[in-house]
Amino acid sequence: MSREPGGLPLGEGAIGANPSFFDLVSRTRPEALPVAVSGAAPLVPHGTTVLGLKFGDGVVMAGDRRATSGNLIADARIRKVFAADEHSAIAIAGVAGQAVELVKLFQLELEHYEKITGDRLSLEGKANRLAQMIRGNLPAAMQGLVVVPLFGGYDERRREGRIFYYDATGGRWEEDDYQTTGSGGLPAKNSLKKRWRPGLERDEAVRVAVEALIDAAEDDAATGGPDTSRGIFPNVLAITAQGAEDVPEEQVAAAVAAVLQERAR
Amino acid sequence: MSFMPYVPPEQLMKDRSDFANKGIGRGKSVVGIEYTDGILFLAENPSATLHKISEIYDRIAFAGVGKYSEFEELRIAGVRLADMRGYSYGREDVRARDLANGYSQALSAIFTQQMKPYEVEILVAEVADDGGRNEMYHIAFDGTVTDEHGSVAIGGHAEALGTSVKEAYQADWDLATAVRESVKALSSAESRELESTSIEAGVLERSRPARRKFRRLTDTEISGFLATP
Repeated sequence: MSREPGGLPLGEGAIGANPSFFDLVSRTRPEALPVAVSGAAPLVPHGTTVLGLKFGDGVVMAGDRRATSGNLIADARIRKVFAADEHSAIAIAGVAGQAVELVKLFQLELEHYEKITGDRLSLEGKANRLAQMIRGNLPAAMQGLVVVPLFGGYDERRREGRIFYYDATGGRWEEDDYQTTGSGGLPAKNSLKKRWRPGLERDEAVRVAVEALIDAAEDDAATGGPDTSRGIFPNVLAITAQGAEDVPEEQVAAAVAAVLQERAR
Repeated sequence: MSFMPYVPPEQLMKDRSDFANKGIGRGKSVVGIEYTDGILFLAENPSATLHKISEIYDRIAFAGVGKYSEFEELRIAGVRLADMRGYSYGREDVRARDLANGYSQALSAIFTQQMKPYEVEILVAEVADDGGRNEMYHIAFDGTVTDEHGSVAIGGHAEALGTSVKEAYQADWDLATAVRESVKALSSAESRELESTSIEAGVLERSRPARRKFRRLTDTEISGFLATP
């Protein structure tokens, strides 16, 4: 049957249609996947600090806006937190180009699965799929093109928010409360350790997330702090039973202002 | 060595057409209607999970009648083609015409080269941006494509159904009217009243804020539309 590139991909052989977009690309157009470079990893932009934390109604995911290339700031307004589908989000630290491609593939993976099977993947299923895709990136990771995501979402079956974190080899762990990753991950995590508590309200969760990013920016040169004069604020996403949505910038700006106010002397 | 008896090509094609038409004629029908805010696909379907109508891409929907396994295979191939196109180029580069051509090529090849033609007819529709023109394509089992406007019907009672919908059709129908009129036409073509729970309907809604314009109408929505005269 017709299997020419660009033609309608009819027929398959085994029982059932493979609902994976990643497999489809790997099979039909492997050159379109993000590739591993040979030799030493080039100096490319890196995304720095992202975090995720649970609150009463779900999960908040946030990231600073800086990408660095060596000692240079490659981008001051990069985005590292993305909605993966209606009820989950992915936040990525590591090599920025590779990360953005991975996010794009992952978003398509979820949409493709939903369209082919007529069902949404469970949150557990999404988290597993992401682990397998990171594993697919392993050759690149071995050369230093490391991508380490956090994945968070609202589990519609368990009716609660859940957070997963990954290492560069696709290792996957579920986190109970909060997690951070990236170069400023450690100070951010220490900050969350002091301020996070179970059952936070949404506003409180946004504030705790913003404060952790400010702490990370203070201790880590590669993490960008909020810049009120140029209007650069962290990206914050809230995922609840109602879906994944960007926390409006005014609310983030207000949280930033409150934290900075408290610290002013 | 075995010999195939000679069959004139006219006869061969006619036999295949008759076979496909018979298969399609036994099945249910689907109506496609352009209404003020988009495109409606509506069908009688006793199953709530085995769909005749589905999403292909952001602005593109699919409907199939005839043999389920065959139009389902076509639907999946369409989703794959669309997602690959969108990934390789841009999301706005995925177009219904391209897809309709793909279906046409595939069905035409199957019709002429395989033992048995597919017993299916499909519709592919794309809702336009604001101010643009909607597109609806009807692809027959032999790969024939027709560009449809306003309203279209495929399946078992396509002819009677198509005529009755076309006669009633008004370009200013809203969704409720479009649903009511399609159900009316389907009921009269089947010569019985359709249960609102056995109706499957999907719309491509231009004003939907999400990137993906397709959504299924719920049973409550449909019975609501049918209750208000």
